[in-house]
Amino acid sequence: MWVAIIVALVAIGSLIFHLYTPWWSTEIASNWGGMDTTIDITFWITGVAYILILLFCAYCIYRWHSGSGNSSSESNHKAEYNPENKKLEVWLTAITALGVIGLLAPGLIVWDDYVTVPEDAVQVEVMGKQWEWGYRYPGADGKLGKSDATLINDDNPFGLHLDDPNGQDDIIVEDGYGMHLQLGQPVHLLLRSVDVLHNFYVPQFRAKMDMVPGMVTYYWLTPTRTGTFDVICVELCGTSHYSMRGGVEVVEKEAYQTWLSEQETFAEMRAALNKKSSETSRMAMNSQFKDKVTQR
Amino acid sequence: MVDTTPEKVENVSPAEVPEADLYHAHSFWTKYVFCQDAKVIAIQYSGTAVVIGMVGLVLSWLMRLQLGFPETFSFISPDSYLQFVTMHGMIMVIYLLTALFLGGFGNYLIPLMVGARDMVFPYVNMLSYWVYLLAVLILVASFFVPGGPTGAGWTLYPPQAILSGTPGGSGLGIILMLVSLAFFIIGFTMGGLNYVVTILQARTRGMTLMRMPLTIWGIFTATVLALLAFPALFVSAIMMTLDSVLGTSFFMPAIVEFGEQLSYGGGSPILFQHLFWFFGHPEVYIVALPAFGIVSDLLSIHARRHIFGYRMMVWAIVAIGALSFVVWAHHMYVSGMNPWFGFFFATTTLIIAVPTAIKVYNWTLTLWRGDIHLTIPMLFAIAFIITFVNGGITGLFLGNVIVDVPLSDTMFVVAHFHMVMGIAPILVVFGAIYHWFPLMTGRMLNDAMGRFHFWVTFIGAYLIYFPMHYLGFVGVPRRYWSMEDTSFIPDSAADLNAFITVAALIVGFAQLVFIYNILVSVFKGKPSERNPWKATSLEWQTETVPPGHGNFSKELPVVYRWAYSFSVPGTVDDYVPQNVHPNDVKLVSPEGK
Repeated sequence: MWVAIIVALVAIGSLIFHLYTPWWSTEIASNWGGMDTTIDITFWITGVAYILILLFCAYCIYRWHSGSGNSSSESNHKAEYNPENKKLEVWLTAITALGVIGLLAPGLIVWDDYVTVPEDAVQVEVMGKQWEWGYRYPGADGKLGKSDATLINDDNPFGLHLDDPNGQDDIIVEDGYGMHLQLGQPVHLLLRSVDVLHNFYVPQFRAKMDMVPGMVTYYWLTPTRTGTFDVICVELCGTSHYSMRGGVEVVEKEAYQTWLSEQETFAEMRAALNKKSSETSRMAMNSQFKDKVTQR
Repeated sequence: MVDTTPEKVENVSPAEVPEADLYHAHSFWTKYVFCQDAKVIAIQYSGTAVVIGMVGLVLSWLMRLQLGFPETFSFISPDSYLQFVTMHGMIMVIYLLTALFLGGFGNYLIPLMVGARDMVFPYVNMLSYWVYLLAVLILVASFFVPGGPTGAGWTLYPPQAILSGTPGGSGLGIILMLVSLAFFIIGFTMGGLNYVVTILQARTRGMTLMRMPLTIWGIFTATVLALLAFPALFVSAIMMTLDSVLGTSFFMPAIVEFGEQLSYGGGSPILFQHLFWFFGHPEVYIVALPAFGIVSDLLSIHARRHIFGYRMMVWAIVAIGALSFVVWAHHMYVSGMNPWFGFFFATTTLIIAVPTAIKVYNWTLTLWRGDIHLTIPMLFAIAFIITFVNGGITGLFLGNVIVDVPLSDTMFVVAHFHMVMGIAPILVVFGAIYHWFPLMTGRMLNDAMGRFHFWVTFIGAYLIYFPMHYLGFVGVPRRYWSMEDTSFIPDSAADLNAFITVAALIVGFAQLVFIYNILVSVFKGKPSERNPWKATSLEWQTETVPPGHGNFSKELPVVYRWAYSFSVPGTVDDYVPQNVHPNDVKLVSPEGK
């Protein structure tokens, strides 16, 4: 008796918890509402099945248990004997198959959307390394320059090909909290890593993909509301995985263009570096000269 | 189909079985230590698995302490937290559950339930255990090397697993892990070949495949899966060891680590993931299928009713086993593999739901119009149905590729796999121990302690993992030492984490009651009847309880029917053992009609 009640309570309690939970998805900030809808559909179909199965168990235990739980050896009735029921089994299989189709079909439709990047999406590269984020925007020509991990050094943090014209106007943002996206503009995120696996995740965007050294992965999204959102890494990447944080700001078109125009291009960055290094070498020569003078 | 009408069975002539030509142990060493008797090997396997499992349990407490009460325990650093995560996962999945179900229950039950005297290769079977023990010792040794054990997560994904940014990555930690896995697989293969060959070749007269108890079907199919799946893990362990020690680049592309170019190049981290999950997904069923089989028998015996739809149950086990080899990449939807794979693997994954659901229906339909005895094994079996359905359903979320995108790598995944392959199979393990303890020792486990253990474990585990799913919806990532300041996570999530930690500690301590119960009952438990649950299968029909070396008396039993002749109409008793001759079945007198 008690067992039956507790099994029923597990079903009802789970349902109540689900209805009143304070813990639920964050307010969405991208076009991936389809994911939330698919989750809702899945909840409905599987939730009904779960509750029904548990209540059925509870009823069976209530109706056909023998003895008082503790003295479990005595029987007060004999079980029914009918080993198979083909009709019932076929029906149950068919209903289950129907439920599975109901889950899968909407899911695959949204997935098709997820892997198909729209033509008008702008490219933005996200770079992960232990344990920080960086970003690269294609600049005025709309094209990202070629890159290669073997070219990475202190002066070329993204490993760009120095002679690729497409790369000269690229904008590199080394501040992990400095990512900007334009409201309503589909964006094709190209994901790179230089060391281990990472995963660029903004919970409000829902979308997610691992970043794998040696290859470029991607996903796309359209930001649907302005604001500043946390970026977290969700693929274990070593000791400081938990503190691999960043931020993305979604802004209106004008603010986005202003921000973009304020950024330094790769060519400007190289020029500044060259100037700086030639200055340092001149200073070094000067001091050498002074040394020689003092030696005299 | 199976012979279920006792009065109309053709007489099966008694098998002529000579005195078993077994190596009987004579000394203490060969009887209890280097023993070739599958039953002793089973207990050695189980004992070792439980001891290392306790280590895994303590590691989970340490993790939960950090998650529930961050900034409280200074000895849990980010590094040690990741080491706890990794070792807990690996210990529980491989060294506890796989070893316990196949090495433990497989060894004990296969020869007894199919009516064999022992495994067909007893010497190799003994070696299997000792190699397993060696693997466990190597694993334990990694706790004591400089840098500690690996903290790469139980999935051991390269490149991080063998790089210096991961605890144990540049030291001996990861190497010992890989070597230990390789030894585990060698040991398992020796045992696994035994289980399969024994089931195929050493069944007694009349024990057709379709008369075998579902326990044997579950263990058999799981062993076949393991023999096919473990080699993938074996080669990936070898290849990763070479990458780490010799500097090969199987899994390593060109890498810049903390600003320094490494000498790797051209390898593929995703290749490792394919190999790992080609093993890793069948591994789920290597643990689940024996649990499916055992729970079917527990439900049937304690509900005094045949399992409903036996043939469907057998085919469902086989279908699940076959399908489990074509779904592996559902662990990799967001790994960066070609996203078009998503369509294929989501479809195959959700198809598995059909045979799995059939099993669930048939378990519940076994209860329908049964004569349900709420014994402790029965309670655990019912709790298994609940937790397994719960965990199976959340699998439908994660298997559906687009739903997996927001939920992968969050606490939802942690809650899902603990419910479905942690809690549910372990509840079956407990049920099975309460069920077969009288056979192994001739004594009963204490009932009151057993009921306490059951309720705390079941309710506690449900309270731990059910709300945890909802943290995943919020977006709380897994494998995080600390959430620090994260704007999207409400403060109440910390309260929930503290609650889960308290529940986890309570459930953990309830396991100590269980262990105490076992230790006391082995020596002082109430002596049991010969067949206390009135079961039909052969392991309860031995000459002595516990069964001696060689299992059966001079003649092996002859099987006349399936293992589910409970409450057969027209019979006096509510069960007819498999080996009772049809002429000896007590029938209700025909005058009654």
